[in-house]
Amino acid sequence: MKKIKKYSFLAVSLLGVAVFYLIPFGCLIYYSFVDNPVRGGFAGFENYIAIMKNQAFLKALKNTLLFSALSVPLAVILSLLMALLLEQNIPGKSWFRTIFLSPLMVPSASVMLVWQVLFCYNGTINRFLTCLGRGKTDFLKSDYGLLVVLLLFLWKNLGYYMIIYMAALNEIPAELLEAAIIDGGSGAQSFWYIKLPYLSPSILFVSLMAIVGSFKIFKEVYLLAGAHPNDSLYLLQHFMNNTFLAFDYQKLATAAVLMSIGLTLIISILFFLESRAGRDLEG
Amino acid sequence: MGRKMRKGKRKKKNFIQKAALFFIIAMFATSFAMPILLTITNSFMKEEEVVINYGNVYGSYGEENGYVSKEVNLKLLPDMVSLKQYETVLLLSPEYLFKFWNSVILVVPVVVLQIGVSLGAAYSFTRFRSKSQEGLFFVYTLLMMMPFQVSLVPNYLVAGKLGILNTYWAIILPGIFSTFSAFLLTKFMRRIPVSLMEAARLDGAGEWSIFTKICIPLCKSAIVSVAILLFIDYWNMVEQPLIMLSEKEAYPLSVYLSTINTGEITLAFAVAVIYMVPTIFVILYGEDYLVDGISCYGGSK
Repeated sequence: MKKIKKYSFLAVSLLGVAVFYLIPFGCLIYYSFVDNPVRGGFAGFENYIAIMKNQAFLKALKNTLLFSALSVPLAVILSLLMALLLEQNIPGKSWFRTIFLSPLMVPSASVMLVWQVLFCYNGTINRFLTCLGRGKTDFLKSDYGLLVVLLLFLWKNLGYYMIIYMAALNEIPAELLEAAIIDGGSGAQSFWYIKLPYLSPSILFVSLMAIVGSFKIFKEVYLLAGAHPNDSLYLLQHFMNNTFLAFDYQKLATAAVLMSIGLTLIISILFFLESRAGRDLEG
Repeated sequence: MGRKMRKGKRKKKNFIQKAALFFIIAMFATSFAMPILLTITNSFMKEEEVVINYGNVYGSYGEENGYVSKEVNLKLLPDMVSLKQYETVLLLSPEYLFKFWNSVILVVPVVVLQIGVSLGAAYSFTRFRSKSQEGLFFVYTLLMMMPFQVSLVPNYLVAGKLGILNTYWAIILPGIFSTFSAFLLTKFMRRIPVSLMEAARLDGAGEWSIFTKICIPLCKSAIVSVAILLFIDYWNMVEQPLIMLSEKEAYPLSVYLSTINTGEITLAFAVAVIYMVPTIFVILYGEDYLVDGISCYGGSK
């Protein structure tokens, strides 16, 4: 009886999650191990071997990982710097906060025109480069495409991560920082020995959010460059979309299972580190 | 006397430091605000000027349309101001408003119902922290973090089985059961002192009345925060319509805007601004709730 009561509040949500996420995900695992969804002969790891040899998948994976490797450290560090700067008592602090948050709130589709105007072949950045005596580059159709998307990613998300850091900075006991000043500690010292340890759980959390966010960058790439972008912008979501169109369930299922395993590992490790960092602080 | 002078010197140094900081942040903030400001100012540009300045963004516009600048000129302020494109979008060509409406009927049910469903789940995760529930909470967290490459595949599978592909249900139903707000509301609810709920229980209140009379009223601002975060996220949706809907007519404005091409470039900025309007209200009135939501999201406890 008590057990029923315990789960009654969860029931509706759990039912929906099971129907729309968990059960079909189970089906996906099944699909990834059979050679044909209708007949269903056991295929062992054949689908997995096939996808690891699939050129399109490898390219998409490489681009996505490269993007994460570039964007995550930059996002983690730059947003921390922004939070530390805003922590200083400068005039107009709340205005700056609003401005840094606004890219997050405005839909990507609305501002995409300006980005296109900036980075297209005849665009503003190229005009600027020509003035400096450099040749024109068609950014979105070259290897620089990833850099444009990187800028867009930072623009969109830095404010978000900054807020997470600011909340953590607020929780540092003021006595500690005051004591450091009275004892003659420099700003750098109070950063390295007081703020950084207190911030470490947030740094890990922001890293986690940035990794997850860097996997979600497809939206902006699609709005900027369409469904068939340059090779350097071909991401995992493009691969999935094309596989959807081809109704290739084995490939789709195998890719989804592989990615979810990878992400689950990353997320679990970071969560573990975060909770340990949090505990060290209390102990 | 000497001491006073030294103090004055330090003050001066401080002031210069502050001014430098202010300058750096102001520069940074300006570049952050630019894309949004430019979108808004350019939306008031007269049609002819838009064609001249931006005709070449998507390759050649064609000579028959009169003079088009070969280079694209990004203008901070338009030379010729006009409201005609707003008139066209709002009054003369209903298809844009129709797409806007598509966005509304996709987003509102998801926001309202996801929160409704998640409140129960969050209460359960807060009140009954058994091992199995903590395990489930971790599964919810994982699901929340999965990118669309992963989560859309199961969604698509179910939508196919239920026969709701190409309808809005294929986006709305998985959206309702997306676990984001369950995660965030749980984090908020766990901040409510346990003693408060225990006291109510000792006074003879059942779980249902603790839930409706204590938890929900205390979570009011949390609910607003979650609603804002959800709204921003779904208003910006691109992936789901691309996969679940095959008819372009049914696309929400977010996706439709990306299909705007040379022929409609004169209207594009105005449509973009209209699509922005609800989020501008969020910026103006909901920022503190938003900040609360994000802070709680990132809180380590």
